[in-house]
Amino acid sequence: MSVGLAPYLTVAAVLFTLGVLGIFINRRNVIVILMSIELILLAVNINLVAFSAFLHDVTGQVFAMFVLTVAAAEAAVGLAILVTFFRNRGDIAVDHANMMKG
Amino acid sequence: MDFTAIAFGVLSTVLLGAALLVITARNPVHAVLFLILSFFSGAGLFVLLGAEFLAMLLIVVYVGAVAVLFLFVVMMLDVDFASLRTGYVQYLPLGLVISAVLLIEMVGVSGVVATRGASAAQTAAPVSDVSNIERIGQVLYTDYAYLFQGAGLVLTVAMIGALVLTLRHRPGVKRQNIAVQTARTVKSGLKIVQVKTGEGISE
Repeated sequence: MSVGLAPYLTVAAVLFTLGVLGIFINRRNVIVILMSIELILLAVNINLVAFSAFLHDVTGQVFAMFVLTVAAAEAAVGLAILVTFFRNRGDIAVDHANMMKG
Repeated sequence: MDFTAIAFGVLSTVLLGAALLVITARNPVHAVLFLILSFFSGAGLFVLLGAEFLAMLLIVVYVGAVAVLFLFVVMMLDVDFASLRTGYVQYLPLGLVISAVLLIEMVGVSGVVATRGASAAQTAAPVSDVSNIERIGQVLYTDYAYLFQGAGLVLTVAMIGALVLTLRHRPGVKRQNIAVQTARTVKSGLKIVQVKTGEGISE
């Protein structure tokens, strides 16, 4: 194994940053925001699995599995909210979404 | 330069390139397809780290379920995606500044952790006669059994929530009610009215 821990952590850090940047530059498009959140969670999973491999402890992989579960649930509920929002508003521009503001 | 280093270089390059295209693609269908590519590359990195089960899980759950869900929603909703691109330039400088700060911080911390932490001296993927999935199972169903049940609960709640959110009752839709149909008799279905000549019926 020639690749050390640092390259994996760097790749995960860059991926996390790309996810955050995606949220910034697509502030109106909620579908791309949800995809950016998936990218961020993938970066977290890469970190968990990398530490799990280099510490010889399988717990990190178990927690990556739980992150995967929550990410799938989040995507399902997020897209359901998106579909309902589209039905009520006719578009998905979320920068001025204030329908629940009482 | 062995095979692992080459594979890591290729996979991480494809992963980051695809992630960049996810957030910059004009067509959201392309963005979803690049998301699938980045998850495939991430699964490849997991295989390099010796987490084969999680790699396969990533492909099954993300490519098989989540990405297809995204694709369905993108294709089903009739959205003018061009208008959603406005304001792109407005937030770009702030986003770049915050991203740069975040990246410098995280790379700095990970550099310290990778050289000084407990994991620095270790090597990845030790030779073991127990397979990866067996090791995960030994921990998942013993130490984290309650957390495992909780994950199932989270998925159930998410499923019910998604159904409740998207279910809608349309007024004016006629549905077949078999109980009412079979309970119908001549008496309830037929009404005989004595009509006076020349007046007609007004309900």
